[in-house]
Order: sequence, then structure tokens, then C-alpha cells
Amino acid sequence: MSLTLAQVEHIAELARLALTDAEKALYREQLSAILEYAAILQRVDTSMIPPTATVLPLRNIMREDIVQPSLPIEDVLANAPDAADGCFRVTAILEG
Amino acid sequence: MPIYETIIGLEVHAQILTRSKMFCACSADYAGAAPNTHVCPVCMALPGSLPVINRAAVEKTILAGLALHCTIGPEAVFARKNYHYADLPKGYQISQYELPLCHDGWIEIEIPNETGNRVKRIGITRVHLEEDTGKLTHTGGASLVDLNRAGVPLLEIVTEPDMRSPEEAHAYLTMLQRILRYLGVSTADMEKGAMRCEANVSVRPVGQAQFGTKVEVKNLNSFRAVVQALEYEVARQIAVLESGGKVVQVTMGWDEAHGRTVVQRTKESADDYRYFPEPDLPPLVIEPAWVEALAARLPELPDAKTRRFVAELGLHPRDAALLAEDRGIAEYFEAVARESGDAKTAANWITGELFRLMNTATVEIAAVKITPAAFAALMRLVATGQINLNSAKRVFAIMFETGRSPDEIVQELGLAQVSDADVLAAAVAAVVARYPDEAAKYRGGKETLFNWFLGQVMRETRGKGNPAVVRELLAKALKG
Repeated sequence: MSLTLAQVEHIAELARLALTDAEKALYREQLSAILEYAAILQRVDTSMIPPTATVLPLRNIMREDIVQPSLPIEDVLANAPDAADGCFRVTAILEG
Repeated sequence: MPIYETIIGLEVHAQILTRSKMFCACSADYAGAAPNTHVCPVCMALPGSLPVINRAAVEKTILAGLALHCTIGPEAVFARKNYHYADLPKGYQISQYELPLCHDGWIEIEIPNETGNRVKRIGITRVHLEEDTGKLTHTGGASLVDLNRAGVPLLEIVTEPDMRSPEEAHAYLTMLQRILRYLGVSTADMEKGAMRCEANVSVRPVGQAQFGTKVEVKNLNSFRAVVQALEYEVARQIAVLESGGKVVQVTMGWDEAHGRTVVQRTKESADDYRYFPEPDLPPLVIEPAWVEALAARLPELPDAKTRRFVAELGLHPRDAALLAEDRGIAEYFEAVARESGDAKTAANWITGELFRLMNTATVEIAAVKITPAAFAALMRLVATGQINLNSAKRVFAIMFETGRSPDEIVQELGLAQVSDADVLAAAVAAVVARYPDEAAKYRGGKETLFNWFLGQVMRETRGKGNPAVVRELLAKALKG
């Protein structure tokens, strides 16, 4: 089970990673190895095992619908590299 | 040239009315708030912050699911939908994927046709709970991010591809909006972004079993936009097929200004979102007892109310539907009907005078100053002949304006109706004596003059004459 270079580029695009050609080749190998391992796990017969969303014994952990104060705007924007008009200012991204 | 059939499925998002957000205690009521003032470490995805599920949002989702005849649970799991966009700083949206809270339901819509209304059932694939995203404002080279909306609970309701025309899609949205409002689950206000719609549209030649290639249309921000975009897209797809082309599977945006659909850059496919169970949120187990307790809270829905108003109260179906449309109005009507013991007249007054005054003054039912008891008192004044209908309308307008009691207003304006036959007989005699020519014409067979005479007598009594008594006296006097 070997990934194509195009698949590696697609995954990098989804993760917003810019990879060099050398990195693409390296990750192609490493990701393929991970998938090979997953392929081995796929062989286990799980037909009698219900899908498991969590291994913790917790269920139905909820809070009541009560409002607590939010952070002051100074704290909200404290770590923002750039801000304007009370907003985080980021490089323009137009919705695709 | 084949005849084409239209196939439509809708995906609706509606903000859930809760006090706090879906996974944190920030206020969900962000309308009019300054940017980023309803924000905490959870909204900002700061390291170490953890989401906690808002019970009210879960319960309102289940309520919506019950009203849409869905199966609830029994297990529901939140999932991460991974994508990188500045509207959610986590890099994923907490949503639901494999185990939504509600699934496999239906609602019935009514489509008007020549023979009345055609009822059609629309399948509901799923109703799930997720979080809304932040708001981006694009300004030249930069985007401004406001996270007030990020994390507001959002209901997603997906239908089966069961609609066959833009008209049916409109009927479905109308019904869904009405139900969500009745339940108090959402304001479902499309213009304010509290309800948004996306459509999957395809066409196929009639008789073909297989669906055509579907196109997803986004950015449908009003009922009008939904209908226009669907009409446009259906015509476009048929034109493509007619010219020998193929419909390409794409995501389109509705361009309201130019009245057309525009191809959007294709975003991620379902696989690309790499859904997986949200490890920060333990699954929900929806016990039957919980669902039953919620089902007991379900109000009577508009359809059932309409049917009851017709069957039990004898209303005209059109009036019944009009009164059942809004829960507040329906409850007001029932209170007036109960107080007055005359549902039909109450319905006439409400759909007539009250709606007219509410529209003119742009007043909502909750702000109407006339109490059901005062309303009923006015109706009694008319029913017992103490004031006539025209006077009653005047009194009603003053009640609407001031909230004062009808008796007080009637007394103050001296509107009490005159039923005293002696007093009225004098007025009738005066009028008949004043117009001998007309009286002769009437006797000569021009019976339409009767109503004219009636009007003259009413004027003579300054509108206070009891019409029934006047009519009787006038008939006698004119017979001469």
C-alpha cells in the first residue's frame, strides 16, 4: 500500500503544509508505512465488536445552560499578532 | 425532447436558542455586541481548554427531532470535522457524523393546487448538533475575525432528495421554520442568519430511475433566494443537457445581485474532512425516559392546531391556518375564544381588525395591550346589541392604542346603541318624510333603495341606531 506523490501533496494541502520535494518523498514513505500497519489491523475480525468512540467510562457529561462572563477584549486579543477594530486581523482568505 | 424532473434535497442550519454557547459559558446572544466580547479560551481554542456540552442545546435538538418524527439516539457521538479556516481557530468544527442525535424522520408539507392543498411527506435523513463558526469580514488584503458567533449551538437538518420543485422546497422551509419557532428551538430568521439553507439539485428525464448529477447551491439567505436560485439552477442544468452537455458535480454560490449561480472553488470532500470521534467529549446515551420527558414538553404543532380549530371550533380552514401560524397568536386566539365563548367571531376579529392594527403599528402579539378578557367584553357588547359593529371597531382601535376597557370607552364616547323603538321610530319617520321622491320610487319597486334609507337613518342616529331594530321600523314605514 503505497501512496502516490499526488496523494501526499493533497494531504499536505489539507494540513496547509508547504513541503519540499525531498520532504514529499520522505513523508510518502513514512505515511505509506503507517497505512501498511493500518492494513494489518484491518485484517482483525471486528464484526462482533461495536464501534468504540471512547475508551473512558464517561457518558452524558453536560453543563447547565448558564452564562458566565467572557474574557475582557484586551485578554482576547493579547496574543494576536495583529488586530483591528476589536478583531483578529489575518491574511486575506477568500472562501473557496 | 424529454420532459425533466427536478430533484431537490435541502440542508438547513438553524441557531438554537440557548443562553450560553454550545461548549462554553459565553453568552450566545451576540447580536449587536462589539466584536470578540463573547469569547473565552474555549472559543479561541487556547491550549488546555476543554469543551463541555450544553444540556439545553441537546434537549432542544431532541425536541426538534421529535417534532420531525425522528428516531432519537439511542447513542450520539460528537465528531471533529477537520478543516483549516480562520472562522474556527481549533482547525476543526465539533459536529456529528456517524451517530447524530436524531435520524430517519419526516414532515408533511402542503402544496396549494387547483383542488385545494396537496399533502406530501418529506423524509428527514438526520438532525444533528454542531457549533456555529466565527464571522470573517474581508477587507482588501486582510480578513478580520470576530469569534462571537463561534460556538453558538447550531442545528443541522438534512432531508432526503424528496422535493420535486422549488415550490415544494419553499413549502418545506416554511413548515420547518414554523415548527422550530413553535418549539422555541430557534428564531429561524433567515434574514438575520439564524436559519441558513443549502440545496442539492439535480434533474433527470422523467422515467429515468437513476438520479442526475447533483449540484450543491450555497449562500441561500432568504426564502426568495432559495426559490430563485433553484429555478435558475434547474433551468441551467436542463439547458446543459439539452445542448448535449453533462452536468458537472460542483458547489455553486447564489449570486443574489446578478440572479445567477456561480461556481465556487471546490472545497474538501467528505473524506478530506477526516471525521473522527471527538475525544474531548464523552458520548451521549439518550435514555428512553429522557426522551419521554422531552416529548411531554412538545407543544401542539401548527398542523394539529389548524385541524383542531376547524374540527372543534368550526373555523374556516383558511382562518384556522392563519391563527395557528404563530404560537403566540394561536394562544391569544384560544384565550379570547374561551373568554367569549364564540370562537368564530373571535377568529373574525383577530384575523380582521387585530391583524390590521398590528400591521399598521408593526406590533407583535406579545405587545398587544388588549387582554383576552377585555376583547371578550367588547364582543359581548356587540352580541347583546349595546353597540353596533362600526362603533365596536372604533372602540377596538382605542383599546388597541391604550389598553383601556371597552365599557369605559363606550361610555366616554356615548356610543351606546339606541334600541329604543320610540326613539328610532322618530328618526325613521323624519328620514322618510325628508325624501318623499325616493320613498315613492321604493314603493314603485326600486327595492335597492332600502339600504340607502337604512344608511340615512343610521346617519340620523349618528351611528348609534340598532340596525336590526331600524331595519324593522324602516320596512314598516316605507310600506306606508
